[in-house]
This record gives sequence, structure tokens and C-alpha cells, in this order.
Amino acid sequence: MKIYGVAILAGCFLAGQLLGSLLGFWMQIPGNMGGVAFAMFMLIMLNEQMRKRGFLMAETENGIAFWNAMYIPIVVAMSATQNVKAALSGGWVAIVVGVLATGLCLLLVPLVSKIGATKDITRSSSNNT
Amino acid sequence: MKLFEKVIDANDLVFAFLVVGVIMYLSYWVARHFTNNKIPGAAIAITSGLILAFLGGKKGIADVPLFSGMALLGGAMMRDFSVVATAMGANYGEIKKAGLAAFISLLIGVFVAFFAGGTIGYAMGYTDIKDFTTIGAGACSFIVGPITGSAIGAGSDVIAISIAIGVVKSIMITIGTPIVAKQIGLDNPHAAMVFGGLIGTTSGVAAGLAATNPKLVPYGALTATFYTGIGALLCPSVFYLILQAIL
Repeated sequence: MKIYGVAILAGCFLAGQLLGSLLGFWMQIPGNMGGVAFAMFMLIMLNEQMRKRGFLMAETENGIAFWNAMYIPIVVAMSATQNVKAALSGGWVAIVVGVLATGLCLLLVPLVSKIGATKDITRSSSNNT
Repeated sequence: MKLFEKVIDANDLVFAFLVVGVIMYLSYWVARHFTNNKIPGAAIAITSGLILAFLGGKKGIADVPLFSGMALLGGAMMRDFSVVATAMGANYGEIKKAGLAAFISLLIGVFVAFFAGGTIGYAMGYTDIKDFTTIGAGACSFIVGPITGSAIGAGSDVIAISIAIGVVKSIMITIGTPIVAKQIGLDNPHAAMVFGGLIGTTSGVAAGLAATNPKLVPYGALTATFYTGIGALLCPSVFYLILQAIL
């Protein structure tokens, strides 16, 4: 049943949030530290284990696939609820600092990407996905 | 008309499904007929969302009572839930391979955003150490900015600027990522993980990658989820102390 997939997803999500909050609490940071990543790891591991043992039915997987497919629509709703007026309210300082500092970080993407991967490996890996 | 509003109000989330569905349909239609799919439909839809957000205030279009359900559909809970679901399409081997680069990208990302942001602010007249720290933290994300600002006791005007900087960053990444993706080599899981670490701001990374290539979303989200925590950890402590020693 599809709800099994949704429930598995919910279980992983909540466990990840809990772990992230614990880590945040332990590091004395307000909020959550890596909750989404922990949940994703759990889902990937669980997915592999269940596939190996034949527990994973196509219907169960469809329950997760639905939420996967809802990602872009949810992001559209998210951008429609951003506080975009705040971007202008900060004046020129906000725009100049935001654009320049972000642009610099973008320029670093190809440089840092070189760590741990030669050009050939990244190229071939992009074909697999 | 009163009745119409009452029905929508009682079913705001369902109405949000309808609204987003219509936005998606129109955006993909425009992408197909006017740009020959050169601009992805998702990118048009997300940008339309940002434009709609101008109609409202702090919560974007959700401030308009009719569209209050958009806040629930586009809130952090739904966003993170669907991000986790994208992990089904992720390859564990790719993640492991990029692990080191992703970790380094997080540290570099927070460091560069903080000091570049703070320095530009300094050049524009915000020379106080607390102002430098808060503005630099804002250049990390609109969550790190106010956390840092209130932790070190910065003025509320500077905290407001730091939020604005973070929002500018988020919007710039949302619109800019699909445009510069090719130039910065953002076409594989490895680069996506580095991108998530260097940029960090979750909403920007989530939207920017969705508009570029949805297959890259889980990889970027994986690293970006640590960014806010690391930023909130380093900015008001280590970085603030470094600044006190320098300035």
C-alpha cells in the first residue's frame, strides 16, 4: 500500500529531525543541524536493505515517489511565500553585499569541485544519474 | 462572493494545490511554446512564485487571506519532507565519493560568505565589529544573520539589513543558478554537493537546483542542511573573536 511508503518516509524524516535537533542542542545552536541529511541517509539505507530482502513493493515505493514528485510544486509555493520585499528594504548595502558575496561563492564551485574528483570521474558519474 | 471566500478559507491548503497546479501548467506551457524548452518550466514557475510574493508582505502571497494555504504548502515542513523523498533517486556511492569535498565546501562557503560580506559592508561604512559580524553572517543566510546579530547584541537596524542580505542571496541563487550552471560545471552530483555547501541557504539551493536539474536536488540539499548550523556556530563565536583580534 502507498501509505506504507509515506509512513517510511515520515519515520525517516522525524528520526532525522530528532537527530538534527539533538546535535543542535548538543552544539548549542538554535535549531537543527543536518536533520534533512540524516533522514536522507536513513531512507537510502532502508531502501537498499528492503530492496535486498524483497520487502519493497512497487506500491510502497510509489508512496515515496509521490512526495518526490511534489518537490518542485512545493518549492514554487515556497518562493511565492518568501519575504521578497525584505530584499529591497535593506537598501543598497543589502543588495551590493548579497550579490557580490554570493557571486564570489558561486565562482568557487568549480574550484572546490576539483577536490576528490578528476574531471573524467565527474563527467562519467553525470551519465549515471 | 462571501460564500466563495468562506469555502476557500476553510480549505486553504487544497486551494493552494490548485493555485500551484495552475502556475505549473502555465509555466510549462510558456516554456514549451515561447522558449522551446530552453528555459525549464520549473525555472519559470519558481520565478513566477517570487513575483507573486511581491503582492504580499512578510509571508509573501500568503499574507493575502485567500492564499494563506501557500504558507503551509511552501513551509519548511513540507519542503524538508519532499526533499527527503528525493533521496530515493540518490546514489550512495556518489555521496560517499564527494563527502570530503562537500565537507570542505561547507567550511569555505561559510568563511568566504562571512568575510566577503563583512568586508564589503565595512567598505560601505559599517565599520563597527558587531556590524561587520552581523552583515557577514547575513551573507551566509537570512537565518544565520539574525541569530548572530542577536547573540552578539547588534542593533536592530543592522539585523534587518542582515536579513535583507540573506534574502537577496536566496533570490539571486534561485534565479541565477540555472543561468550559470553550465559555466560553473554544475551538472553532476559531485558539483551539486559542493554547490550546496558553498551556497548553503536552503531555500535558494532547493529552488535553484530544482530549476536547473531536479536530479541534482538531493545532493545539494544533503550538504546545504548543515550550512545554517555551522554558520550559526562559527559566526558569533570563532569569527567574532577573530575580528576582535584584527580590527
